[in-house]
Amino acid sequence: MPCEQTENQLHGYLDGELDPVSAANFEKHLETCADCKQTLAAEEALHQSIQKANLYERAPESLRKSLLGRPQQSPAVRAFPAPRAFAWQWLAAAAVILLTVLVGWQQLQKPRGVSEAQLMAATLVDAHLRSLQPGHLTDVESTDQHTVKPWFDGRIDFAPPVHDFAGDGFPLLGGRLDVADGRTVAALVYGRRKHIINVFVEKSPSENYWNGAGESQGYHWLAWQKDGFSFCAVSDVASPDLAQLKQLFFAQ
Amino acid sequence: MLEGEDRARFEALVLPHLDAAFNLARWLLRNRTDAEDVTQDAVVRAFRAFGTYRSGNARAWLLQIVRNTCFTWLRQNRMAAEFMEFDETTMPQESENPETLALAGSDREQLTRALEALPESFREILVLRELEGCSYKEIAEITSRPIGTVMSALARARGQLRTALSNPAPKEARRAV
Repeated sequence: MPCEQTENQLHGYLDGELDPVSAANFEKHLETCADCKQTLAAEEALHQSIQKANLYERAPESLRKSLLGRPQQSPAVRAFPAPRAFAWQWLAAAAVILLTVLVGWQQLQKPRGVSEAQLMAATLVDAHLRSLQPGHLTDVESTDQHTVKPWFDGRIDFAPPVHDFAGDGFPLLGGRLDVADGRTVAALVYGRRKHIINVFVEKSPSENYWNGAGESQGYHWLAWQKDGFSFCAVSDVASPDLAQLKQLFFAQ
Repeated sequence: MLEGEDRARFEALVLPHLDAAFNLARWLLRNRTDAEDVTQDAVVRAFRAFGTYRSGNARAWLLQIVRNTCFTWLRQNRMAAEFMEFDETTMPQESENPETLALAGSDREQLTRALEALPESFREILVLRELEGCSYKEIAEITSRPIGTVMSALARARGQLRTALSNPAPKEARRAV
């Protein structure tokens, strides 16, 4: 008989969506429930076969070309002319500027440490977005860590740790130099299903330089420190995937 | 209308999610050609509505527009689509994507058929989760459903997909859509 009570929990567990307490409770339940154990194994097998089957279909080049720089010229868009600017709009603009100045001034009064990580993450999300523009993803394109690692020699004053995690579903695609906040950082490019993950690496000035996770402009980021390096992974993949990649770096 | 800065912002924020938009449309419409038209339409709509977008998850925002555009298109073309389905078995299968042609193994074919035979709402949720890697929260946002419903729908969708895979009967399953 199916164990209906845990049906939802099982999927939350499978997808890494349970909070730690519920996940622990579910694991305890798994020990005694043969039915859930069996279902979980079947669901994991299904998940694996979907991932392996490569069902993702990318947008055709023709669509990309017809949209890039184009939407403004489409007749549908032109059918709606811009409204004229009325005086009250200027007033509204003035109010917004005043508010911005006030809020900005208040922000300055706050301790800076709080938003520092978010600022840094926003900079790296911008760098991630830039890298997705055609031809910007990699300076050295290789799935071989022994090609990517030496490429950084002489280009940057540190040797970033480079590993290929293809066996775990994160194939190395290449490397790149990037500039974030005026500093040169190494960017390692990984694939995840059909998505791109940038892992930005730089030397850590201190042990608790910056950590954390969050979301900016629809992209997830996850930052951590290890062996004197500061890492930040940025991608549109779900946050559990980034957590998995972080674990892989820690396992090295 | 959007000009200068706003347009650049639209291109930087929204267009990187074009693959996600197309992939969702392709699976909802079960056809690459229609998916291309509908995605284009959805992006133009997104562009027009960009004034209402302030911040937040740009991918979820775009995908919400894409799925709504797809459902509208499906409603309008339902009659034609149903008529076409009688001929489906004699028509050549979709395999225009050169990237996937090389990988066309039996697994891929079988999964594609099973997934395409699922009801739209189940197909949608599986594509968002398994192919797009969306979190439950994002799926809830895109499909305008509470997270609890997303979870139970995902459980049922996976159950149906497993059943479809263990007894492949594409014609029967199609009729049930």
